[in-house]
Amino acid sequence: MMTIKMKKGSPHIDKIFKYVAFAAATYVLAIIAMIVFNLITGSSQVWQQEGIRFLTGSDWNAVEGRESYGAAPYILGTLVNAGIAMLIAIPLSFGIAMFLSELSPKIMRTPLAMIIELLAAVPSVVYGLWGLLIFRGYIKDWIEVPLHNLFGDQSILFAGTPFGLDILTASIVLAIMIIPTIASISREIMLAVPNSQREAAYMLGATKWEAFRIAVLPYSKSGLIGAVILGLGRAVGETMAVTMLIGNATGPAALPTSLFQPGQTMASIMANEFAEASQGGLHLAALVGIGLILFLMAFAINVVAHLLVARVVKSHEGAVLA
Amino acid sequence: MITPEQRAEFRKHFRYNVGRRIVLDKIVKVIVFSCVIIAIVPLVAILINTISNGAAALSWQFLTEIPGAVGSDEPGGIGPAIQGTIALIGVSSLIGVPIGVMGGIFLSEYGNNRYGRTVRFFNDVLAEFPTIVIGVFAFVLIVLTVGNFSLWAGSFALSIVMLPIIMRTTEESLKLVPVTYREAGYALGIRRYRVVFTIVLSSAKNGLITGILLAVARIAGETAPLVFTILGSSQFISGLDGPVDALPLRIWRLSSLPYDSAVTQGWGAAFILILMVLTINIGVRYIFLRSKEKRIIKLRKLGAAS
Repeated sequence: MMTIKMKKGSPHIDKIFKYVAFAAATYVLAIIAMIVFNLITGSSQVWQQEGIRFLTGSDWNAVEGRESYGAAPYILGTLVNAGIAMLIAIPLSFGIAMFLSELSPKIMRTPLAMIIELLAAVPSVVYGLWGLLIFRGYIKDWIEVPLHNLFGDQSILFAGTPFGLDILTASIVLAIMIIPTIASISREIMLAVPNSQREAAYMLGATKWEAFRIAVLPYSKSGLIGAVILGLGRAVGETMAVTMLIGNATGPAALPTSLFQPGQTMASIMANEFAEASQGGLHLAALVGIGLILFLMAFAINVVAHLLVARVVKSHEGAVLA
Repeated sequence: MITPEQRAEFRKHFRYNVGRRIVLDKIVKVIVFSCVIIAIVPLVAILINTISNGAAALSWQFLTEIPGAVGSDEPGGIGPAIQGTIALIGVSSLIGVPIGVMGGIFLSEYGNNRYGRTVRFFNDVLAEFPTIVIGVFAFVLIVLTVGNFSLWAGSFALSIVMLPIIMRTTEESLKLVPVTYREAGYALGIRRYRVVFTIVLSSAKNGLITGILLAVARIAGETAPLVFTILGSSQFISGLDGPVDALPLRIWRLSSLPYDSAVTQGWGAAFILILMVLTINIGVRYIFLRSKEKRIIKLRKLGAAS
């Protein structure tokens, strides 16, 4: 009688269950498709009005009757900002990952890894607040003013009055934010290298650094590149901390020419100007259009990163099976 | 035969070579260690600054009252922001958790095919999306269509942020449940959906809770999607279709005000937010560590039995 009791209910219920699960999984694809569709329809007005000039132009004027929108300064600003942040973050993150996976004594390993992972969870607005209220003062007094006095206005890199709210500060805080992300993924990837590889190197008489260079690095190369690109994806899309620190220039003034100059990224101009844009106007369409460009950029970066990371994981599975 | 001269020559070269390599090794170790120090100092400074500055702002009034008028002597509190954040987490969990868990079930139970791999891939990509883009999307889809900023729009945006995290962790933890558990269920003649709900889900409980809590911690600190969807407000919630306030949004607004009281309040709000996020994260790790131990014990038992 037991079996009869358990098979009660409609015989179709298993199928219904499968369809519900299928629908939930399809929801993800539907959301991505809807994001693309809505960003295109929301920004169609500005593409019609400006055409290709929206990508290449640098004017940004929201005054009615003289409206003109070009996103080039913000695209460049995003690239420069993320680029400087990556330059700072990559060596430091790899250093942390190498320390955690190869050099650190066993007692320090778990707490340090846990701190890094907790820091990846700190909300970006808190990083922004800290950067604005504390870090900005230090960087102005200790780095920007001395450099400015040393090289002055004639050098391109350090021109402009050091004020603390500029591309340099935003980039450094951005680097601090993405270090935990890159470091913890890189650590996982380095730990995935089989110990037999390291042991083989040690057996040949390698030092720790040589073992890392000849055994760990080649094995984890594409995974580390994936980790870096994931970090880049984060840096490109990061909004709040950058908005609070970058100084918010608009139009041609936002073209990134000096480190000590206020700039603007795609994400920060959306967050900043959104409240001023009237519904249904060209200004709003321009902001949504910037959202579309940012979406395409982040999408491309993430697809590449996931393909790289997936390849590493797959080759590891193969190694386990073999 | 090697002459003593040759041997001495060889030793000299050997010593030089080994010495050079050991020095290089030491240099790299010093560099790596200083990398750790350089990166850890600002990260720890953020935590210490927030906690020390924020604790000073805390009071009962600060936690429960509405914000005072801008620049007035009465600083008021962040009551609506705390209430709004809790409401947003609740409503977006109502949307995101069921869909995420069902999606995770699909990926783990029915997803071993091309379609499953496609969904998994785009799910991973969605997890890393700039959240401000999701905010703009929710704005175009809901706020522009309905015509006002609302708790609904904000919750919808946040549910998209939490969905991929829940789906991924659900799938991973369901996959850890041994196939033999499922087969035992089928052998008893239990239907597949009941096997999933009663056997697989309850075995993977810890992993599921971990995923959901991590997703909650993530959306508690999200600011960018909220700028476009809930607008912010200085009143307590009046309804699901009106503007609301949230902690991260309130921190952002406070940080742009030039008053000392606003700065203190900003630190206080940041302290509450960090306290929420880190409590969830540390708690989850505790659950997770414990469950890992349990799993090892379970595996040992299985090994002993076979």
